[in-house]
Amino acid sequence: MTEPVPPKGMGPLARREARLAWGLLFPTLAAVALVVILPLLAVFWIAFKPIGLAELRPPAPVVREDIRGDLEEGDPGAYLRYRLRNSSQDQAITGVTLTDTWPEGLSATEMDPRCTLEGSTLSCDLGDWEGGFRDQIRIPVAADPSYFEGPDVEETEPVITGKANNVLTSFSSFTLENFARIFDGSEFWSVLGVTLFYTVFGTAGALIMGLFAAMLLDKSFTGQGILRGLYLFPYVAPVIAVAFAWILLFDPYSGSANALLMQMGVTSQAINFFGERPLALIMVTLFEIWRYFPLSFLFILARMQSIDTDMYEAADMDGASPFQKFRYLSLPQLLGILSVLFLLRFIWTFNKFDDIFLLTGGNAGTRVLTVNVYEQAFALSNIGAGAAVAVVIFLSLILFSLFFFRVMSREEGL
Amino acid sequence: MRPLRFGYATAPLLGALWCFVIATTVAVAMSFATGAGFRPSWLSLPWGALMGLACLRGGGGRPALPLGLGVVMLLASGLAGLSPIAIDPEAAPLARWIGVLATVFFTGVGLWRILDKVVPGALTRHVFEAAVIRFLTGFGYIFFTAIVVIPFYVMVMTSLKNQAALVQNPLDFSLDLGQGLGLFRSYVELMRDYNFGSYLWTSFYVSVLTVLITLAFAIPGAYAVARLRFRGQKVFSRSILLIYMVPMIVLALPIYIAFSMTGLRNTIFGIVLIYPVTTIPVALYMLQGYFRGLPSEVEEAGLMDGLSRLKVIWKITLPLSLPALASVSLYVFMIAWNEFLLAFMLLDDPGKFTLTRGIASLNSSEVPRQHLMAGSVIATLPIMVLFLGLERFMTKGLTAGSVKG
Repeated sequence: MTEPVPPKGMGPLARREARLAWGLLFPTLAAVALVVILPLLAVFWIAFKPIGLAELRPPAPVVREDIRGDLEEGDPGAYLRYRLRNSSQDQAITGVTLTDTWPEGLSATEMDPRCTLEGSTLSCDLGDWEGGFRDQIRIPVAADPSYFEGPDVEETEPVITGKANNVLTSFSSFTLENFARIFDGSEFWSVLGVTLFYTVFGTAGALIMGLFAAMLLDKSFTGQGILRGLYLFPYVAPVIAVAFAWILLFDPYSGSANALLMQMGVTSQAINFFGERPLALIMVTLFEIWRYFPLSFLFILARMQSIDTDMYEAADMDGASPFQKFRYLSLPQLLGILSVLFLLRFIWTFNKFDDIFLLTGGNAGTRVLTVNVYEQAFALSNIGAGAAVAVVIFLSLILFSLFFFRVMSREEGL
Repeated sequence: MRPLRFGYATAPLLGALWCFVIATTVAVAMSFATGAGFRPSWLSLPWGALMGLACLRGGGGRPALPLGLGVVMLLASGLAGLSPIAIDPEAAPLARWIGVLATVFFTGVGLWRILDKVVPGALTRHVFEAAVIRFLTGFGYIFFTAIVVIPFYVMVMTSLKNQAALVQNPLDFSLDLGQGLGLFRSYVELMRDYNFGSYLWTSFYVSVLTVLITLAFAIPGAYAVARLRFRGQKVFSRSILLIYMVPMIVLALPIYIAFSMTGLRNTIFGIVLIYPVTTIPVALYMLQGYFRGLPSEVEEAGLMDGLSRLKVIWKITLPLSLPALASVSLYVFMIAWNEFLLAFMLLDDPGKFTLTRGIASLNSSEVPRQHLMAGSVIATLPIMVLFLGLERFMTKGLTAGSVKG
């Protein structure tokens, strides 16, 4: 009798299961690949391209067709005109050709040397165009009576083609200029400093506030549910609504906060909360803390409520004071969730765009990396530089994630 | 800390601090309610100290002493002007009395509860710390409630007032109830002249479509990751988290370019195409956690009885995970409803705006600010109602997967 051995490799059942799994995952994988992986690759590609907002469309030849003179009157000076132009001001198009279909009854009395008419098809070889090229083709024409019964010559669109070098898709013209530009000067380092300040203090602040809020609600009393719901409002409300409410509240001219502070005698003149240099950064950080403390509070509260109460009873028996219980019992229990939350929130705060964009638009010393992407790409119309900043963000993120998964595998709390 | 652990030191100290906190709170609340000048006075410190001493549990623990002191405080504030909060003379008498009464009442009641078991002599560490913690807790409730409520209060009240009145006195949020429905004219104008009805509808159906598409993708994916064995399963469940750490602004740039080139920019179709992709990873992450928690025996029983895997998902797993589906749907709805960046970058045509994009277009100097706030209220209200109505699901959903912000 042979010794029974465990089966090796995959049996047909296991194989079927794996096939089903991939089948179920395929739509998601495809969608993610299309909208996450592909764009990420594109960002890397664009970051090495000298490309501005205006060059998103490749240069193309453009043609407009019209008839000058009155054919019905038998005007001998009547001619068909093609107005030609290169859509780009600085890039060349090569091998431009034009074809057009003429309706019946229209005939050329004289042909442009660049064009030939075969049957009803006009084709012209227009050669290479420099950037900003403009020209016209004039073909004197005469019309039979049959022409006036059929369609007008202007009704058929002329087809024009040409080869142009599209910066976005070409495999040449790579450049490091974008990176040189964004790392140039002190601006980048100040942006990085602002980002770090915002991220570190925003994350830590939200965590500490969340811890306090969780401690407040970690006991049952009437109205606990209402307060818990209320404390989640900042997170649940649309960012655009709360951001504008803050702007209004802290307006230097008609904001309630200033009026209140002046009335209480804290300050004698209005403070421009979102317009002064160090203050604006502190304000956006406070906004971040205000908006995201509910999230940390929710997680910490969930963890707190799962701590065994026996431990506290034992501590009570030993005569531990409330602060001691917090310091020696609760805090060590919460350390895991706090560290995971800190890392996750750190990454998310680092990625945050909307809040600062809406509050200050990145002015008054609040420009973080993400806002810088928008600023470079759209305000300064330099897509390449924007993509370069995005690459920097992404690389820092990979760094954080590596660190995160180290900690995460130790905690596995989430 | 040691010298403070005597009733005679603890009580006046906590009393003074508490009275100051209450005076400040009442002053802020009354200022916001009436627009008149209320501010905490330094007199609140000695008054609070006295009240603290009065609340010490010396005798039988009956609140006779603090009650008496409260009446004295009230009379002294009202008649002799020795009030813990300073009030400008132009404030209405009713408001003055409410302010003083509230300050005295909350100081007294609060201190009575804070100083529970605090005796005049030496205190044990336990009693002392418990009193400090009760003080901090009370302060915490006031503080957190204030910071959460004030911005929303300002938002709602601004939307109901007119700009001129607000510029004149930014604190005066009192409403002129005499105008009846005229209070809501900002809302009426938004709906009539600014097309907000259509934005509301666009936002609604885009969000609902996003939820449906997200679920259609995430349910099979989450089930596969949670239940089926295949090579790469571990890597896969890890990378889900990784993907939703990719910042939107990094993706927004190429998406903007691709949409411009393919003509999907400025179309609702493009928006519906892109929103689910931002929410699928979250939904997948949340759902797979829930599916893992379901007992697999039930499913195996179904398999033994001759159901195919897909039938098992449809007939057993999904009905069992309805609460989780509700949480995920709510959470995804919230993300889609609140989404701003993509709508802002991809939509230019006012006929196709979502609500958040519509509000962004109100942010100009030509549009009065009560309109901006009314728009904000319109965007906030539905999500709040949904949230409060289904709070149980929402909280669960938030904790399950919303490390994302």
